[in-house]
Amino acid sequence: MSQTTATARAATQAATATPGPLAYRVRGLSDRAIAWLFISPTIALLLAINIFPLIWTIYLSFTNYRANQPGRPIKWVGTRNYERLLGSEDIWGYLQATAHFVCWTMFLQVVIGFGLALMINRQFKGAGFWTTVILIPMMLSPAVVGVFWTYLYQPQTGIFSYIVNLFVNVGPLDMIGSVDLAPWSIILVDTWMWAPYIMLLCLAGLRSIPEYLYEAAEIDRANALQKFWYITLPRVLPFLMLAVLFRGIENFKMFDMVVELTSGGPGSTTELASINLKREAFEKWRTGYSSAFAVILFVTVFGLGNIYVKFLNKVKQ
Amino acid sequence: MSVASDRAFSVVEPTRRARTVAAVLVIAYAFVAMVPLVWIFLTGFKSPPDSIAYPPKVVFEPSLEGYVNLFTNRSRQTPEYMASLPPPETWYDALVRKRNMVITGPSRFADRYMNSIVIGFGSTFLAVFLGTLAAYGFSRFKVPLKDDLMFFILSTRMMPPIAVAIPIYLMYRTLGLSDTHLGMILLYTAVNISLAVWLLKGFIDEIPREYEEAAVIDGYSRLQAFFKVVLPQARTGIAATAIFCLIFAWNEYAFALLLTSGEAQTAPPFIPIIIGEGGLDWPAVAAGTTLFLVPIVVFTIVLRNQLLRGITFGAVRK
Repeated sequence: MSQTTATARAATQAATATPGPLAYRVRGLSDRAIAWLFISPTIALLLAINIFPLIWTIYLSFTNYRANQPGRPIKWVGTRNYERLLGSEDIWGYLQATAHFVCWTMFLQVVIGFGLALMINRQFKGAGFWTTVILIPMMLSPAVVGVFWTYLYQPQTGIFSYIVNLFVNVGPLDMIGSVDLAPWSIILVDTWMWAPYIMLLCLAGLRSIPEYLYEAAEIDRANALQKFWYITLPRVLPFLMLAVLFRGIENFKMFDMVVELTSGGPGSTTELASINLKREAFEKWRTGYSSAFAVILFVTVFGLGNIYVKFLNKVKQ
Repeated sequence: MSVASDRAFSVVEPTRRARTVAAVLVIAYAFVAMVPLVWIFLTGFKSPPDSIAYPPKVVFEPSLEGYVNLFTNRSRQTPEYMASLPPPETWYDALVRKRNMVITGPSRFADRYMNSIVIGFGSTFLAVFLGTLAAYGFSRFKVPLKDDLMFFILSTRMMPPIAVAIPIYLMYRTLGLSDTHLGMILLYTAVNISLAVWLLKGFIDEIPREYEEAAVIDGYSRLQAFFKVVLPQARTGIAATAIFCLIFAWNEYAFALLLTSGEAQTAPPFIPIIIGEGGLDWPAVAAGTTLFLVPIVVFTIVLRNQLLRGITFGAVRK
């Protein structure tokens, strides 16, 4: 009964979907026209809101323009902004803080993410549900995450310090206010948020390994460690490295979570490059100078990214 | 039964003990990872004194003060003035008066939340619409410099948002787009479109060309074949892409902070500045956080299969 109605429905659909006589006469646009019609809005939007601003930034980086004084004539200052930037010790401090943040978050997330992926890949009952639960933090708004972690990190009344003290008696932990702990406070929150992402890509890598490889290894009497080293790791590595590339770029640009959590402090211990950039551009209004900094950051990300991708391609082969 | 015994002898399947260890570790991690979220959810129902109690209170008397404070503006009054008022008309009036305050009007949280919805859905629709067209164009037609264009589209995502924000701030100021819904929708569309094109191209590549060729032989034009054959086939891919665009737009903070102030500001820059008396009003912040995060958490659980497909997609294909 239901089968007949389904067939009937399919037949009506086919009948009504048959194009009218107009389409026979006018065969529509040429392929070339359709291709350009479809692609050009995207390209136009990207040119207007991505490329044009980038070129403008490059231009501004050679001037002494200040966005809060629009009436002031723009003066061409050559490479002075760049010279001042590269000669400044503060900038190296910010870049160092950024590097510290990127390296440690990547290290911790790879260890935790890969570990979790190996466990989940054993496919125990309910693995799917728990995977979803673990994924929740990475879906949240980083700025809002930063806000509520300031509450959890309160030294006296916060739950973090309280829980740590249940295990080790170290007294109230001032995660945000202490120079020693602040860099770790942001690393911890970022790891909480993004270890699931690394886990997910590792899981995709693990699922792509054909079972016969392990069966063959068993016949060759390989032990568990050898199987991991010669089969699992090489097969997962490209996925893992890609995940690190994506997250590494994002963390190099990190702004929202950290600005809400520590806003760069105490002093400038957690002042990452993007946070300093925002300060220079939108608080001190040194538009020209900060544009130069933006260009340097962009070139750094792009350069490091390209070197990494070359390395990645080598690993894949 | 036979399946179970097969497994017992398989060299690939993990042993029962290995499975148990894995389950314990993963579930333990999930519990620890959920503690911050559960805690924030609970804080939303605490009274302000309870929220800063030492030691932190796990058991407390639930109160809706946080939610009331989130949605209202209040002012402190003298005891004489409070005594002169007629009895409170609503439960939230009564709640506020216990703290010697009166409600002076609604707060801007509801507006900000609405802005998040309008800008989120507007930019998602636009990014997916334009992205689908462009992805189809790249997937099916000979486009000159195709690989370069595709790389160009991807590379626009490598720029730090603050770096782009400087000239966009200037550009929007000149065009009168600062602090408008349209400006934010266009901006989020531009950020999302690179991802949308890449994801959707992958999905459309998977649809066999033969379907369209058959349709064209049946007398469809190219455009008709696109709308009646390709679009329905790409439905899952379009849904997965839309989820990603929506999550990005919903969570975005840097552009919203720098380019909007009153009219078009979304919720993320607003939540951190919910100030009570003597610092942040934590229950209200927690209430705002809860209301803001709940849609995403529900979304993640309901649409997990599409999400997983989207996240791993780029990596699996290459």
